[in-house]
Amino acid sequence: MTSTVADHHHDEVPKGISRWLFTTNHKDIGTLYLWFAFIMFLVGGAMSLIIRTELFQPGLQVVDPHFFNQMTTVHALVMVFGAVMPGFVGFANWMIPMMIGAPDMALPRLNNWSFWLLPPAALLLIISLFVPGGGPAAGWTLYPPLSSQGGMGVDFTIFTVHLLGMSSILGSINIIATILNMRAPGMTLMKMPLFVWTWLITAFLLLAAIPVFAGAVTMLLTDRHFGTAFFDPAGGGDPVLFQHIFWFFGHPEVYILILPAFGIISQVIPTFSRKPLFGYTSMVFASVAIAFLSFIVWAHHMYTVGMPLSGELFFMYATMLIAIPTGVKIFNWLATMWRGSMTFETPMLYAIACVALFTVGGLTGLTMSITPADFQYHDTYYIVAHFHYTIFAGSVLGMLAGVYYWLPKWTGHMYDETLGKWHFWLTVIGFNITFFPQHFLGLAGMPRRIPDYALQFADFNQVSTIGAFIMGFAQLILLVVVVKAIRGGKEASSEVWENPEGLEWTVPSPPPYHTFATPPQVR
Amino acid sequence: MSAAHGGYYLPDPTKWPIITSMGLFLLALGFTLQIHHLAPGPWLMAAGAIIIVLMLYAWFSQVATESEAGRYDAQVDTSFRMGMGWFIFSEVMFFAAFFGALFYTRVLSVPWLAGEEMLWPGFEAAWPTAGPQGAAYIGPDAHEVAPGQFSSIGAFGVPLLNTILLLASSVTVTIAHWALKKNQRAKLSFWLFVSVVLGFAFLYFQAGEYMEAYNHLGLTLGSGVYGATFFMLTGFHGLHVTIGAITLTVILVRCLRGHFKPDEHFGFEGAAWYWHFVDTVWVGLFIFVYIL
Ligand code: HEM
Ligand SMILES: [Cu+2]
Repeated sequence: MTSTVADHHHDEVPKGISRWLFTTNHKDIGTLYLWFAFIMFLVGGAMSLIIRTELFQPGLQVVDPHFFNQMTTVHALVMVFGAVMPGFVGFANWMIPMMIGAPDMALPRLNNWSFWLLPPAALLLIISLFVPGGGPAAGWTLYPPLSSQGGMGVDFTIFTVHLLGMSSILGSINIIATILNMRAPGMTLMKMPLFVWTWLITAFLLLAAIPVFAGAVTMLLTDRHFGTAFFDPAGGGDPVLFQHIFWFFGHPEVYILILPAFGIISQVIPTFSRKPLFGYTSMVFASVAIAFLSFIVWAHHMYTVGMPLSGELFFMYATMLIAIPTGVKIFNWLATMWRGSMTFETPMLYAIACVALFTVGGLTGLTMSITPADFQYHDTYYIVAHFHYTIFAGSVLGMLAGVYYWLPKWTGHMYDETLGKWHFWLTVIGFNITFFPQHFLGLAGMPRRIPDYALQFADFNQVSTIGAFIMGFAQLILLVVVVKAIRGGKEASSEVWENPEGLEWTVPSPPPYHTFATPPQVR
Repeated sequence: MSAAHGGYYLPDPTKWPIITSMGLFLLALGFTLQIHHLAPGPWLMAAGAIIIVLMLYAWFSQVATESEAGRYDAQVDTSFRMGMGWFIFSEVMFFAAFFGALFYTRVLSVPWLAGEEMLWPGFEAAWPTAGPQGAAYIGPDAHEVAPGQFSSIGAFGVPLLNTILLLASSVTVTIAHWALKKNQRAKLSFWLFVSVVLGFAFLYFQAGEYMEAYNHLGLTLGSGVYGATFFMLTGFHGLHVTIGAITLTVILVRCLRGHFKPDEHFGFEGAAWYWHFVDTVWVGLFIFVYIL
């Protein structure tokens, strides 16, 4: 993938498997992260197809309910912690040093470690599915008392979370040190590309949120095996305590999933609109505001669990506030496109779909932030629709925009535009067929995480399952596109696109193994 | 070895991280098998732990060697500082989860539990408590604890002593730091040695306190939510003191070998920051777990 530029004597690329095992190079590590994320994306996707197959008809058909519960749980864990988060760290590794004019990440050995913590973690999670009692089946939120029961699989999951957490913490430390310490002369904070900004903020979110999650699952572990009573009322504890700690992590987590995507499309949209980003400063401040607010809204996931009225009201208003900075961002993207001379290559298509469909998810979020209304929506398919419009349409489509945008830079070859467009349309159409009907299912009262349903929900469920298969198999096109681009194709120029902004476009495609041996001067 | 790129420092490929990860994998696997009483558990755990210790040793000695060889410039130094600083921040957030659990339980959920007349008649909100079905609390430092009762550790005995020990060790580390900056090597080693001794003394008394709790006070991890918060908070703190004290010992050995310069000694400072952090957490514990 990366290739050598002969004129620099330090640029020999190590050969063989040990290159990947022992590498301290940000591009190699980025590549590892991206492949890991892609594999997890396919694994998690296969699990979701099992779920959708079971839900094609009412009644129990294909899998038994306990296995169904394991699938909903592990699908979510794999997608959130295995696909989306590592995928964005892959982007960070590849792009941040190039965007700020640094030769590599600040702490390269630690960087290797953050990646190589992931495969053992994934392995533990996979093992959990095959031990007596099966994998975790309490939902990705791991609420006790359900998760206080369950077999060994739950313990494996707890350690998976610990390893993944270590990986995220080390990765964030590295990203923060890189951005704050490795910028080329003249690259002031307010000149940084937006992708770098959103990742800086994401890294702080990770540092503050992940250790709290580690604490929560540690309490779960001791409750399960060492006699503590954190979540057991008989010993003076409270299961709701777990929900508070989990969501104190969990809500910032959803912004960890979305902010890097916001960053990517803030790079893509200006390029294909041929206009500078509208409202750069307001974008930065909106991201900071979102990050701050994300720590004071967690209990909007717990409206129905029982809280004092003052709590319900506080969390309702605080949640609504998030719509303001989010709206600022959407306005800015639209204003960037306004009267631009736009073209619609695959990255731009993905970016536009991301803005449009994420807005749907943001609006359903707003409806659920209203406490009394959420009493109806909570734990129904309406929630499932909401978070897929935010996480799939927001995070994943944003990530795909980035894949197509930078693939020529990474591989040195243009990707196949026709296949890219097929991938786009099948994914987006399949996505909407899958998840749009789920809004209606939820409003009509179909509960989430249940393998069976009442007869009147059958039509929408069948539509949804058909959409899921379209969307799922469309992802194989992505595999083809990527492999083709790695193996050959039209040579990409340094700029790749028409006058794109940013230091990454000033170096050859593919860039040399160590990009900026001497720091560039930024005006 | 490693190469400097136009003024930037880039380390060579490294084996330590991936092997450390394998060690962690074995440790986690073994631990899970162990708590389910399956045979290879302890062996896997031991193998994992040994791998981790060896790898950390190898990794840190390489960094120390490179540092002494003068390979790190000011920029690398800054990266290390930021790395350590933000790592400590993440540790603070880890403790925050447990402090949060303590506050939530004491202020909110125990009073609510007492309000549930239907479920637990006669249960009254008080602290310490082991909950409606747990052992009864009979006041601090009780000498005779019958079955079904538990006592707690009063603040102004050993815990106060330990507070003094840790605060003193923070001061002595700082004195050592001043000495290092003035290149007074003997003074540096002496005060660093004192800090290490104070750290281990803390651990000694803490261990004694735990034995007292288990053997005489009826206070265990299983003493309801009080036992849970008490032991998890002080236990994780004790673990951090152990790590900090070992780190300081390593730094002491390095000082004796002549490492560190008056103007370049991040290894020393990183360990000292960690020590101050551990100290600050203890002050929080002393106030919220022992006194209040
Ligand atoms: C405009 C901003 C948003 C608002 C106001 C909002 C609001 C909400 C609310 C109130 C819930 C709880 C619903 C319930 O369980 O009854 C929820 C659930 C959820 N949201 Fe959002 N949300 C927003 C954006 C996002 C984003 C950006 C993401 C992820 C990228 C996201 C992911 C999720 C997930 C995963 C859940 C479900 C968690 C679970 O119970 O498993 N949301 N959202
Ligand atoms: Cu939320």
